[in-house]
Amino acid sequence: MADIGAMAPEVVCLQGVCKSYGVGTPREVEVLHGIDLVLRRGEFCALIGPSGSGKSTMLNLIGLLDRPTAGTLFIEGHDTRRLDDAALTRLRGRSIGFVFQHHHLIGAFTAAENIMMPLLLDRSRPDAAMRRSAERLLDRVGLLPWKDSRVGNLSGGQQQRVAIARALAMSPALVLADEPTGNLDTKSADGVFDLLREMNRESRTTFLIVTHDPRLAQRCDRIVEVVDGRIVADGAVEEFRRIARS
Amino acid sequence: MRSWLPFEWIAAIRFLRDGWMQTIFILAGVSMGVAVIVFMSALLTGLQANFLSRVLSAQAHLVLLPPDEVARPLRAAEGLVQDAVVQRPSQRIRSIDQWQTLLRQMQAMPQVAEATPVASGGALAMRGEASRSITLTGVEPEGYFRIVRLPDSIVAGQPRLTSEDIVIGTDLASEIGVGVGDKLRVTTATGRDATLTVTGLFDLGNRGVNERSTFVALRTAQSLLGLTGGVTSLQITVRDPYAAETVAQLAQGMTGIRADSWIRTNLQFFTAVNAQQTSNTVIRLSVGLSVALGIASVLVVSVVQRSREIGILRAMGARRGQILRVFLIQGGVLGLLGALIGSAAGAGALVAWHASVRQADGSQLFPLIIQPQLFVIAAVLAAVTGVLAAMAPALRAARLDPVVAIRG
Ligand SMILES: Nc1ncnc2c1ncn2[C@@H]1O[C@H](COP(=O)(O)OP(=O)(O)O)[C@@H](O)[C@H]1O
Ligand SMILES: [Mg+2]
Repeated sequence: MADIGAMAPEVVCLQGVCKSYGVGTPREVEVLHGIDLVLRRGEFCALIGPSGSGKSTMLNLIGLLDRPTAGTLFIEGHDTRRLDDAALTRLRGRSIGFVFQHHHLIGAFTAAENIMMPLLLDRSRPDAAMRRSAERLLDRVGLLPWKDSRVGNLSGGQQQRVAIARALAMSPALVLADEPTGNLDTKSADGVFDLLREMNRESRTTFLIVTHDPRLAQRCDRIVEVVDGRIVADGAVEEFRRIARS
Repeated sequence: MRSWLPFEWIAAIRFLRDGWMQTIFILAGVSMGVAVIVFMSALLTGLQANFLSRVLSAQAHLVLLPPDEVARPLRAAEGLVQDAVVQRPSQRIRSIDQWQTLLRQMQAMPQVAEATPVASGGALAMRGEASRSITLTGVEPEGYFRIVRLPDSIVAGQPRLTSEDIVIGTDLASEIGVGVGDKLRVTTATGRDATLTVTGLFDLGNRGVNERSTFVALRTAQSLLGLTGGVTSLQITVRDPYAAETVAQLAQGMTGIRADSWIRTNLQFFTAVNAQQTSNTVIRLSVGLSVALGIASVLVVSVVQRSREIGILRAMGARRGQILRVFLIQGGVLGLLGALIGSAAGAGALVAWHASVRQADGSQLFPLIIQPQLFVIAAVLAAVTGVLAAMAPALRAARLDPVVAIRG
C-alpha cells in the first residue's frame, strides 16, 4: 500500500493543533505545539517518539476524547470545533475505533459481546445481525471458539485480538492504537501487528499506531515522529530506512 | 444478551452480576430493612385493627345523653358572684326529653346506621345471702344487638330478653352462684324490685364488665329505675366509625343534647396510636435512609472500580446519558429486588411469629392482616429510593473524563 494516492480522501486533518494541560492554573503546560498532520483513507501509519513526547495526547485529540486548546481538527471533513459533546460522541462512536495497551475490554461481557458493544451503543438494542457480524470478526481474528468466553479468561494476545475486532465493529474510517503490542511478548506482538496490517489491507481503514518497537514501525507505510510535542519527521518508511542507514 | 433489553439494562444487570459479592451483601441489607418495615407495619395494623374491632363491637360509636345538671352560682347582680363555691349536684337518673323525636331525627341522618334507646342505672342483684351492685341496662334487643354484639359473647343460654329475663356476665354468675334458668332478684334505689330469670351468660373478655353489666328488656329497666317511658341514652352506630366525632358534633348542634363519640371516650387509645405512628414513621425513614446510603456507597465503589471500563465505553460512543442510566438502573434494581426479597421475608416472619405466639387462653394475639398494597408500596418506594440513591454515583460516572478514566 505504498501507493496511496495523494487524492485519497482525508480522514484526519490537523492544522496548527496545540494542547495545553492545566489551563488557567499555575501548572499550565503546553505539550503539543502546532501539529499539522493529514491522514488519508487506507493509510497505515506509525507514530513514534520518546516517552512523554505527546503521542497519547495526540491520539486522544484525534480520537475526540479531548479537545485541542488551539488549531483545527477535521475528522472525515467535520470541523470538530463546531460539534458539541453529544455530536463528538456520535462521530467518535461511528468513525473511530480504539485499541489500547491495557484494560481494554469490559470484563463483565463475553468476547462476542465486547465486539458487539459499539454496535449496541449505537443502536441501543442487540439483534441477530450484530451477533453475526461480531462472530464474523471473531472468526477473522481466529477466536471464534472463544466467542462465549469471559474476556478475563483469554490470554493477553487473545484479548488484544478481541480489542482489534471490536475496534473494527463499526467499520470505522479510522483506528487509533496506542501501543497495542506494548504489553505482549514478541510472538504475540507480531501476530497482533500482522492482524492490524491485514485488516488495513482488507478494509482500507486508516490506522494510526503508536509504537515503541522500531521493528514494527518499519513494517508500516508511513512513520510520523514526535519529539517534545512537535513533529520532527514524517515520511514514507523507505525514507526512514535511508536516514537510518546513512 | 437478551434482544429486547436496551444497552443500559444489559450493562446494569451484567455489572450487578459481575460484582456478585457486593450485590449479594447490599441486597441482604436492603432486604432486611424492607423486612423490618413490612413486619412492623403489619404488626401495628393488626394490633390496631384488633383493638378497634374489640372496642367497636362492645360499644356504640355515639351515645346521646341528657345534659349534666349544672349548678349555677348565685348572682346578686350582673357579674357579681355571691357564693364562689359551687358544688356539683349529685346526678340522679334522668331521662332524655322527647327521646322518641330525637331517635327519629337520628335515624333520619344519612351518616347513622343504627340508633336504639337504652335505659340504664345502678341496681343490686340478690340471690339468697349474696348480693352485688350491678349496672342494669335496659335495651330493645333487635336494635341494641346490632350495635353491641352481645349474642357473639354468650357462653351459656341465649341472649333472650323478654320482660322477665336478664342476661348477666360469667363472673357475676359465679360470684353469686346462679346459672342459666335460675332466678335473680334485682332491686333499685327507688325501692322497686323484680325477680328475673337468667337466660344467658356472656363473657365480654373483661372481668369488671363481666361482674357489673347486666342486660334486661327496656320496659323492665324503665319500671325498675322509675323512668316510666323514659330512656337515659340513645346508642348510635355510624357508617364510618372515624367520622363519629363529626356526627357527634352535628347531633349536638341539632338537638342541643350531649353527644359522646367513641373517639372522645377512647382518646388515650388514639393518642397512643398517634405516638406509635410517629415512631413508626421515624423508623421507616431511618431504615429507608440507611438502605439508600448502603446502595449509594456500593455504587460509588462500583463506579471507582469500573471507571476505566466506563471510559472505554465512552470512547466507543456511549453517551453520558447512557452511562448515567446504567447506574441509576443498578440502584433501582437493587432497591426493587431487595424489596421483593424483604417483603417475602417480612411476611414469612410475620406468619411464623403469628403462628407461634398465643394468648394465655390459646387464642391468637391479633388478626393477621397482610395488605398486598403494602408490598406494592414497599417495592415502588424501594425502587425509587434505589434510583435516587444511585443519583450521585451515576452522575459521577457520567461525568468521568474518558481520557483520565482510560489512563487510570
Ligand atoms: N492530564 C494531564 N495533565 C497534565 N499533564 C499531562 C496530562 N497528560 C499528559 N500530560 C503530560 O503531557 C506530556 C505528554 O504525555 P503523553 O501524551 O502521554 O506522552 P506519550 O504518550 O508520548 O508518552 C507528558 O509530559 C505528560 O506528563
Ligand atoms: Mg503514551
